[in-house]
Amino acid sequence: MINMKKLYILLLSTPLIINSCSKDLTETNMQFAALQPTSLDINAGTWKPILLTGPTEFPVAAPIAVTTPDYIAQINEIKTWQADLTKDEKAIVNYWSAGAVLRWNEILRQLVAKHNLPPYQNPDGTYPVPNANNPLAYPQFPFANPPYASRAYAYVAAAQYDALVAAWYYKKLYNRPAPYVTDATVNVLVPKSDLPSYPSEDAVVAGVVGEMMKLLFPGDQDFIQQKVEEHKKARLIAGANVRSDLDAGEALGKAVAQKFITRARGDRAGTAGGSLAIQSLFEQDCIARGEIPWYSQENPKRPGMLMLFGRVKTWLFDSITMVTTIRPPAPPSTSSQKFKDELEEIRHFSTSITPEQRAIAHFWADGISTPTPPGHWNAIAAEDFVKQNFSEVRWARNMALLNMAMMDAAIVCWDAKYVYFNPRPPQMNNTIKTVTGLPNFPSYTSGHSTFSAAAATILGHIIPSNATKYTEMAKEASLSRMYAAIHYRSDCEKGLESGNKVGEYAKARARTDGAE
Amino acid sequence: MKKLLAALCAVLTISITALSQTDIDGIMMEKNAFCIGPMFGYSSWKNYWEGTLKRENLNLGTLSTQMYSVMGNYGITNKLNVLFGLPYVKTKASAGQLNGQEGVQDLSLWVKWKPFSKKIGSGRLSLIAIGGYSFPISDYTADFLPMSIGLESKNLSLRGMADYQRGSWFGTISGTYVRRSNIELDRTSYYTTEMHYTNEVKMPDAASFNIRAGYRDKGLIAEAVFDHWNTLGGFDITRNNMPFPSNEMDMSRIGFNFKYDMPFLPQLSLTGNVMTTIGGRNVGQATGFNVGVFYVIDFSKKKKSDSDKSKK
Repeated sequence: MINMKKLYILLLSTPLIINSCSKDLTETNMQFAALQPTSLDINAGTWKPILLTGPTEFPVAAPIAVTTPDYIAQINEIKTWQADLTKDEKAIVNYWSAGAVLRWNEILRQLVAKHNLPPYQNPDGTYPVPNANNPLAYPQFPFANPPYASRAYAYVAAAQYDALVAAWYYKKLYNRPAPYVTDATVNVLVPKSDLPSYPSEDAVVAGVVGEMMKLLFPGDQDFIQQKVEEHKKARLIAGANVRSDLDAGEALGKAVAQKFITRARGDRAGTAGGSLAIQSLFEQDCIARGEIPWYSQENPKRPGMLMLFGRVKTWLFDSITMVTTIRPPAPPSTSSQKFKDELEEIRHFSTSITPEQRAIAHFWADGISTPTPPGHWNAIAAEDFVKQNFSEVRWARNMALLNMAMMDAAIVCWDAKYVYFNPRPPQMNNTIKTVTGLPNFPSYTSGHSTFSAAAATILGHIIPSNATKYTEMAKEASLSRMYAAIHYRSDCEKGLESGNKVGEYAKARARTDGAE
Repeated sequence: MKKLLAALCAVLTISITALSQTDIDGIMMEKNAFCIGPMFGYSSWKNYWEGTLKRENLNLGTLSTQMYSVMGNYGITNKLNVLFGLPYVKTKASAGQLNGQEGVQDLSLWVKWKPFSKKIGSGRLSLIAIGGYSFPISDYTADFLPMSIGLESKNLSLRGMADYQRGSWFGTISGTYVRRSNIELDRTSYYTTEMHYTNEVKMPDAASFNIRAGYRDKGLIAEAVFDHWNTLGGFDITRNNMPFPSNEMDMSRIGFNFKYDMPFLPQLSLTGNVMTTIGGRNVGQATGFNVGVFYVIDFSKKKKSDSDKSKK
């Protein structure tokens, strides 16, 4: 009888237990408060651009006076919107108020993750190549693997920075106040700012990033354009910008994007995929040096990922510097005792990984369907930048430094990978099993290590109080690849070294770009 | 993909088959009787459904799952039983480099209650309610499908069952709702159909339907089983992607079970089953078997005073 009673209680309380625990997620990026920069960086128009010859290369016409009927009509447009804002409209105002650079960086990470999937093989065992001119056919363009992603993040960030430097120049020059300053009856839904509102920094970012993304992710144009429109609308209905602020900003952003698109078309990334004939040259070269060459461990064998990415145009140094001062020394010979010892070390990890090591391997795996290691470091940077209350232009400058460094790190790393063509641990000992997918390209050096050291070095310069944290994170990211049994210790250590060197070039630029 | 199958097999194997007094059949242990025994299960798949597309994966080959488990069932009264199951699961891929995983998976606990049992027509109808709870008791990861040994969620299940026996023949039908808790990954963001900046994954609930019928009399049970598992939400694996714990995993399986009591020692029984997957989505097309040996210990005072050889 007593048991019966207990059972009744259990059965009756079950629905309560079920309903009391909500499954809703709390996502960190939705907790970010509205951006309130500690400094306007009002002189950022003097900062050194990356590609632009100067802030006036793409002129922005003087705005109409705030006393003109046209301007007053634009103010009234805001008021009309604000008279009847829906819940969804207020939500997009809040979303975008966290920062233009931040939100577009998140959108880019999402596009990378969406497209970070290796193509499935053809029936004859060859692999199809994504086609930028037919991006929606399978395999969709692009395959946003780590080098591709590093390049996407870098171009977006660099173009965005140049566009904002130009915007800041004209903001100071024309000094048009925000709509809520010219008309105190405009209701402003975001933090007020003394920053001149023409051209709108938000529209500059939407314009430049939207254009860059359409180049990099041409199959997602509708999605990108929808975000551009949403972003501009958010600023308008928030009372932060009048339409002419937005139009001028978007036009400037689009113009600057063209300069970077021209660079992208000529940076040799288009031919970085290589061919089996080119891969065979790397292989023969490796054999001629008396070393065991890398072979794809996939079935069917997949050509190595972006085998000519090491020849893509760098941002922070020239190709001669890369080869003479940054390229790591040759890895331990595959016939050396050191190599055998390092292989044994990885075999050991593969059979006796601890739960903590496995968690680290998975934390840093950043494999398929993720924003890749450069995306992971963008996320790390973004969360820390939020706390710094940077102005949009400083956000953009810091993101440009970070992402140019990581793209250059990718180029340095991919150069070494194919020059040395070193085999992966599971190729040398087929009992070695991995706890993340085995990357389909040569082992030396570790991409994670190179990306992470480059990122940690420049981020530690940007936020010195976090420098130790970033260094530790980079070391952990590096080690995670040994735990995962996909890299030798030399891959990781030399990767960190060359990544650090790349990071130093980014620091050198940071010291002289006028922002410090 | 492999992960997914492994996890599902591990989860479903327990609920579909196993000993004759289980959470999914219409049989109750008598008061003070305790049935316990080890089981071994093996299942494997070569083909799987990537969304609705059936494919193989040359870089996984065949994914196999071995399961060693202990299950037990105690009769608090003739109408109220408690059950438990605890499997150790081991996965292995025959091709590629992904490391197989192994470990103690989830502890399952059930309360099984038969409030209604009545002669209707020339047979007997019983209605049974089963409440279950399962949770991981080791720190395996669900974020390595298909190699993972489980999905990590804590599951609260509620099952309603009707059993009708006429002579030596019977049919049992049941439906289950499974409330699954969210799980936490070892990473700070993940992509489903959009980016999520959290380590927490929203796990869709699931529902299942089970029908079984066959011969059931003293000493022998032989039954055919159909089982359908439906995840109520989730998303499809995209082309050439890996599976993810919150995928929409659906599967329909058919199988055959038996339980045979040893004539020389009726407390001892052998159980076994075979099952195969006839349809699915985001799961492997697994086929497998289980075998188990169970022993009934009677704790009732009356029996204790008798000799050990007392018939139940």
